Amino acid sequence: VPTPIIQQGAEVFGRLGWQSIPWDQPIPLAAGGTVILVMLCVIGWVVVKGYVPYLWREWITSVDHKRIGVMYTMLGVVMLFRGFIDAAMMRSQQAVAFQAPGFLPPQHYDQIFTAHGTIMIFFAAMPMMIGLMNFVIPLQLGIRDVAFPTLNSTSFWLTATGALLVNISLVVGEFAQTGWVAYPPLSELRYSPGVGVDYYIWSLLISGVGTLMTGINLVTTILKMRAPGMTYTRMPMYTWTALAANLLIVAAFPVLTATLAMLALDRYLGFHFFTDTAGGNMMMYVNLFWAWGHPEVYILVLPAFGIFSEIFSTFSSKPLFGYRSMVMATMAICLISFTVWLHHFFTMGAGADVNAVFGIATSLIAVATGVKIYNWIFTMYGGSVRFDTPMLWALGFMVTFVIGGVTGVLLAVPPADFALHNSLFLVAHFHNVIIGGVLFAGFAGITFWFPKAFGFRLHEGWGKATFWLGLAGFYVVFMPLYMAGLLGMTRRLQHYEVASWRPWVIAASLGIIVMAAGGACQVIQLVVSIRRRHQLRDATGDPWDGRSLEWATSSPPPAFNFAVLPQVHGTEPYWQIKRRAIETQQLAEQPDYQDIALPRNSPTGFITAFFCTLTGFALVWHIWWLMGVGLLAAYVVFVWFAWRDVHEKIVPAQVVERLDRERRRARADWLQRHGAEAGAEAAA
Amino acid sequence: MTATTVAHEGDPYKVGHHDRPAQQPAATGHGDAGPASTNVIVAYGFWIYLLSDIVMFSCFFAAHAVLQSATAQGPAGRDLFDANRVAIETACLLASSFTCGMSAVATQLRSRLWTELMLLLTGGLGLVFLLLAGSEFTGLIHQGAGPDRSAFLSSFFALVGCHGLHVTAGLLWLGTMMAQVLVKGFRPDILRRLLCFNLFWHALDIIWVALFTLVYLIGLAP
Repeated sequence: VPTPIIQQGAEVFGRLGWQSIPWDQPIPLAAGGTVILVMLCVIGWVVVKGYVPYLWREWITSVDHKRIGVMYTMLGVVMLFRGFIDAAMMRSQQAVAFQAPGFLPPQHYDQIFTAHGTIMIFFAAMPMMIGLMNFVIPLQLGIRDVAFPTLNSTSFWLTATGALLVNISLVVGEFAQTGWVAYPPLSELRYSPGVGVDYYIWSLLISGVGTLMTGINLVTTILKMRAPGMTYTRMPMYTWTALAANLLIVAAFPVLTATLAMLALDRYLGFHFFTDTAGGNMMMYVNLFWAWGHPEVYILVLPAFGIFSEIFSTFSSKPLFGYRSMVMATMAICLISFTVWLHHFFTMGAGADVNAVFGIATSLIAVATGVKIYNWIFTMYGGSVRFDTPMLWALGFMVTFVIGGVTGVLLAVPPADFALHNSLFLVAHFHNVIIGGVLFAGFAGITFWFPKAFGFRLHEGWGKATFWLGLAGFYVVFMPLYMAGLLGMTRRLQHYEVASWRPWVIAASLGIIVMAAGGACQVIQLVVSIRRRHQLRDATGDPWDGRSLEWATSSPPPAFNFAVLPQVHGTEPYWQIKRRAIETQQLAEQPDYQDIALPRNSPTGFITAFFCTLTGFALVWHIWWLMGVGLLAAYVVFVWFAWRDVHEKIVPAQVVERLDRERRRARADWLQRHGAEAGAEAAA
Repeated sequence: MTATTVAHEGDPYKVGHHDRPAQQPAATGHGDAGPASTNVIVAYGFWIYLLSDIVMFSCFFAAHAVLQSATAQGPAGRDLFDANRVAIETACLLASSFTCGMSAVATQLRSRLWTELMLLLTGGLGLVFLLLAGSEFTGLIHQGAGPDRSAFLSSFFALVGCHGLHVTAGLLWLGTMMAQVLVKGFRPDILRRLLCFNLFWHALDIIWVALFTLVYLIGLAP
């Protein structure tokens, strides 16, 4: 039995040594080597091209919510590819591991499924959703930045720290072999003596703090900083869902922090929160974990609902149907999501009554979600629907998510859950809702707001190819897994002996190839779009005939977002501005420009995250002096930032006027063309 | 911070050039008149942070409630807790809350001397509290009643320790604020930070009251 570290002697580099690198395992070594090589190539290219000052000035130290949002989303997309590679390895292992050991030894396979889950939830889905919220919410609110811009930058870099620690574990040491939920007693020191669980704990604790700060930031932003006239019932639907998601972050992420801190105390200082000795209670971990974990599902999917609400309305050229019922449904889900956590472990044995309560609460969420589905259908009904790529993702989502919802309601019935618990049916279910809900929303949102962020559209043809291959790939992978689950196949099997499962497992592996083709199309789409950016240019700032305020400014928006804060009179403020311009055939009169104060850039977030990476790494490897250095440096950075005297820089009124005049010229051109078209239509 | 400091001065962004009256109410952030003032935003954000911190504490409280009787044949609360020490700890912390409030009054009156003095007293009382809590911890560990003895003691050490860590962070913050008041005076941003510090310190006091009741009083009850 390994002893807790308080009883161990101290080495200069703690547990870290030459043997920490898995020299005998070619697969992680090659993968890690490739990642390091690619990173070195990118860094080398950036240095040689002389982009370092630009990157430092415009991105790394930027506190602009738009830049931070873009970086968040990019982190999410990159980690999505990393997580996808893990998925492909798992599927191909199972394809060959029928009555055979396959190519991945168990301890490596276990790390892969743990890393896959951890990465996909924390470092792919979360950054994508948070990145889109970061970018869009201040624009939709008609304001200039979030409430705490430097804190926002720190949040992002702390999330990046977590992602970095997980990736370091690929080469230095190992990752957890416990599954992404890290249940004790398996995750306790006695059964997982290596550094894997420690990497898991510290990467999630550090990035979790970042997420919590984002939650605080966006809640404050939405509740206290809206354009004049934007009352609660005039907020765009995406802003409402973002509010709900961030309220959930504020209420749920501290639970994760506390739970992981308890696990860390068990592992590091010999505490007995969850051990199987001295009165520890491991089911308490499971309860606490899901008290965070179930709201987390809605932290991810509520913004996704918001993105689709915007898309359904925009591409149906109609206001969102049932706005108020949509708000009610969102807030209902926000509340109920805290009352269902036990459905993740009906098999704990809490008794029929307790299980029934949680089963019914779970089914209630489906009612609120059903309200949303019908609202989206009625939004399309009678509209002139345009089938651009974002709309395709939205339609694909609706069908896929309903299937996932139905299997979810099935799993919410405790007796059925007893049969299906921990089976591939469950795996298929949650991939069905998370891929069909969150990931599709991520792709839809990226395609939808890409022109706003970069000033040009993504290529439509490659986007559609990505959609169809992604959708088909999803069905080919996960429908067979439902069947395998019904046939009794449990999750996380490194090899298996049952012949009847085999065809379904093979089919799922083929689906991965289709999905990979979709991923390739996504990359090609990006490359093609960048090369043809001049043809795809979004001159007006309103490429989709949008309805909310983010489309009122130019693409990409100036640092200050809006030359003057827009005045809001209804739920679709930009649509009203546009209608008025078309009716009167002129733009609103030129405003009186003023100097604008913007938050100054700050490297605080980056430096803090740098020292957090050191501290996290030191904690994983028990390098105590380095931990001390990291914490001391964190305090020094805090004081250094607090000592700053000038917080804002001024954009002079002339600059604001010059930039806004360009925007107005583009709008005037558009209005002229639009007027001509309208005239031709009337004549016809 | 964003450019919202002047939101109460009429029409800062010239948004009302169409149809808004020249005189408008101060922005409350409820959407009637645009973004709230920086003072409101900062204090509001800090309240949200405090709520999240209380959620975190509530997890440790819940864990303690679950593990309270899991003593693993070891000592229970009534065998270990020293009522006198806890009473002094509580008195220190409550008094520090009072002096912290007095520092806020002094800040309102823009008295640098009294603000510093009251903050110093607050910090001193906080330090005494920490030393008492530290001596309790070391005493328990010497008796063989450390956190590795039983799940009950694990949850006790974690809960009290978490509060102690917050007090330690608060002391670091307090020292920084004293230096800032000394060097920079009562600038608007310093005033906002003092307000947040006050909120933080009082919140720690509230948590201690819960801790005193739920851990020590109930633990000492026969």
